Amino acid sequence: MERSMLRVKQKRVALNSNHAVAYAVRDVDVDVIAAYPITPQTTIMEKLSEMVANGEIDAELIHVESEHSALSAVVGASAAGARVFTATSSQGLELMHEVLHIASGMRLPIVMAVPTRALSAPISIWNDYSDLMNTRDTSWITLIASTAQEVYDSIIQAYMVAEDPRVLLPVMVAYDGFLMSHTYEPLNIPEDPTAIRELVPRRDRITLDIDKPVTMGTITDPRWYYEIKYQQVKAMQNASLVLKETSKTLHEVLGRKYEPVEGYKMDDAEVAILTYGGLFGTVQEAVDIIRDKGLDIGAIRLRQWRPFPSEELTHLMHDIDTIIVIDRAISYGASIQGPVALEVYPIAARMGVHVFSVIAGIGQRTVLEKDIMGIVNKVLDYLDQGVIPLRSIYWGVRGGE
Amino acid sequence: MSVRINLVRRAQDLPREELFMPGHGLCAGCTASTIVRHLLKIAGRNTIVVNATGCVEVSTTMYPYTSWKVPWIHVAFENAAAVASGVESAIRVLKKKGVIDPSKEIKVIVLAGDGGTYDIGFQALSGMLERGHKIMYVLYDNEAYMNTGIQRSGSTPAHAWTTTTPIGKVMRGKPQVKKPIGEIVAAHRIPYVATTNVAHFIDMDNKFIKGLQAEGPSFIHVLQPCTAGWKFDPRLGIKLARLATQTAMWINWEYDHGEFRVTVRVPKRKHVRHYLKPQGRFKGLTEEEIEEIQKLVNSEVERINKMVGEEVIGPLAEE
Repeated sequence: MERSMLRVKQKRVALNSNHAVAYAVRDVDVDVIAAYPITPQTTIMEKLSEMVANGEIDAELIHVESEHSALSAVVGASAAGARVFTATSSQGLELMHEVLHIASGMRLPIVMAVPTRALSAPISIWNDYSDLMNTRDTSWITLIASTAQEVYDSIIQAYMVAEDPRVLLPVMVAYDGFLMSHTYEPLNIPEDPTAIRELVPRRDRITLDIDKPVTMGTITDPRWYYEIKYQQVKAMQNASLVLKETSKTLHEVLGRKYEPVEGYKMDDAEVAILTYGGLFGTVQEAVDIIRDKGLDIGAIRLRQWRPFPSEELTHLMHDIDTIIVIDRAISYGASIQGPVALEVYPIAARMGVHVFSVIAGIGQRTVLEKDIMGIVNKVLDYLDQGVIPLRSIYWGVRGGE
Repeated sequence: MSVRINLVRRAQDLPREELFMPGHGLCAGCTASTIVRHLLKIAGRNTIVVNATGCVEVSTTMYPYTSWKVPWIHVAFENAAAVASGVESAIRVLKKKGVIDPSKEIKVIVLAGDGGTYDIGFQALSGMLERGHKIMYVLYDNEAYMNTGIQRSGSTPAHAWTTTTPIGKVMRGKPQVKKPIGEIVAAHRIPYVATTNVAHFIDMDNKFIKGLQAEGPSFIHVLQPCTAGWKFDPRLGIKLARLATQTAMWINWEYDHGEFRVTVRVPKRKHVRHYLKPQGRFKGLTEEEIEEIQKLVNSEVERINKMVGEEVIGPLAEE
């Protein structure tokens, strides 16, 4: 009863994930936005420009001349005390890369949306997760959403986590470029954003304040650098806890529950397929079909890429023998070339679970239910032969194995 | 429209309060610290400084110490203008929302060297100017990448030695001429652009005042003799800066709302050799090469005089 008292009144709307981002940014009362056009991100900025032009958001929108400057400008604005937002994809995220490290090193609560896209060369405007996976070691909290609803909710949660004094790290909210960024879905958003604003009150932190002058972004020699970086390690650990707490709050207020890893039909599963983003929907469909054929299979969706939810994943993997990790990015020359598969491996190894790394959907090569079924059949063949290849399976590529 | 309020006429007019503190690691004889000290005296406490990577940044903020008594931020080499754009925008919106007291005037200043301005930071600078942020950009120009150990930049003058433009048998220092950054900035049609020189500190300080009072972006380009990179006796920094003006290797001018003016007139010019000889970076140049530099200066003087419409920089006076 108490929960429904807390729950806010919402309305049903149809939005694509990019517009869901814009509405969430509006609802948290952001102060400064800076971004640069790039496909498939552009419609976020267009929507936000429209909202600023119509007075729906009281924010300064800086039309910067590059993505490097977009992130630099929000670093400056955040350091000056503003709540900030930026968004980009692909090459734009690459151009920002230098400043990604600085934003987290300076402990600025920046929020960025990343509708993911393949990287050049050859140039591809279509989806995969190569851009996001390149940000792995930048010390940004990273959530990967799988529906437009989750995109909206994750942007709200991103501010709750980033601005928490125990965390103070930037947050990326990623999702499939085009497949989600430009696909309309039904979702619920609050009728009155006041409830959202109560979730993200303005909190004191160290800023460029003329009454309390500080020096930010100093040079630091070997006597201190390591300690400062170790504080980031601790902040990332704290982020796990704060993500959990804020998920609980969001559940109470919005009625939607998010876990760092989400299981689907995992109770009796022997084999699990782990993936992230919009592909999870296809995988769930495939799991239903395969279950009808008699295999005890389940699915796991990774939502929280950084900090990596090792404990929660261990718990979900408790009763399985085999995990198939489908990545939409390639770590060229790695032992197994799926970036997420590499992270799952040490957990699986400790538990005696076989790991199969599968690469699919590169440059938005279509992945349908039948592809998932094909992948599972291939893995079963390997298991029958008693072979666990120490490399990735490249699915759906001409000339691949 | 030009702003002429409370200009400095003599050193005694400057505030006594020091906001740039001693104990930093800049070289003995470095003229950058003189520039920064004056800049903060003019700007006062209600100032936020955005510093590009460079000598001043690394030498004044060795953790856990700082020389800055005003809020200061460094992010990277090429993006100071973009960071400042964010700072300025944040202050504007936070004042509107009542988070920052709207009655407080907060000045935003970028401080960057020639590498961070002419070269790697040029795009961000142009963006900042084009968008019209109310920021004063101060370029301290020591004519090379001094922080990384004297490599040529777009600002290095012709024939100057740097570690990447040696004076050798075939290559004779920097083959190109100095990029006219001030005029490139002025082409953005911002309210105020000026060149100045640390030896003429009254001129410099008044340009800081005008730059801070401009209603949009302003750009102050200060020549900053570098004892380590130009290779001269540390006590000669100010003297060399003065010689730069006396030889017209450097001309102090301003574009005040589009109106061009030379602010330090030179009735009779000295030969460039007086400026070049005390500097190790021009050591080994032949008389012909020195004459070549003199000719470059002559044609620049002619061009400036033509722009002003009178002989503000006088003829070469041989002694």
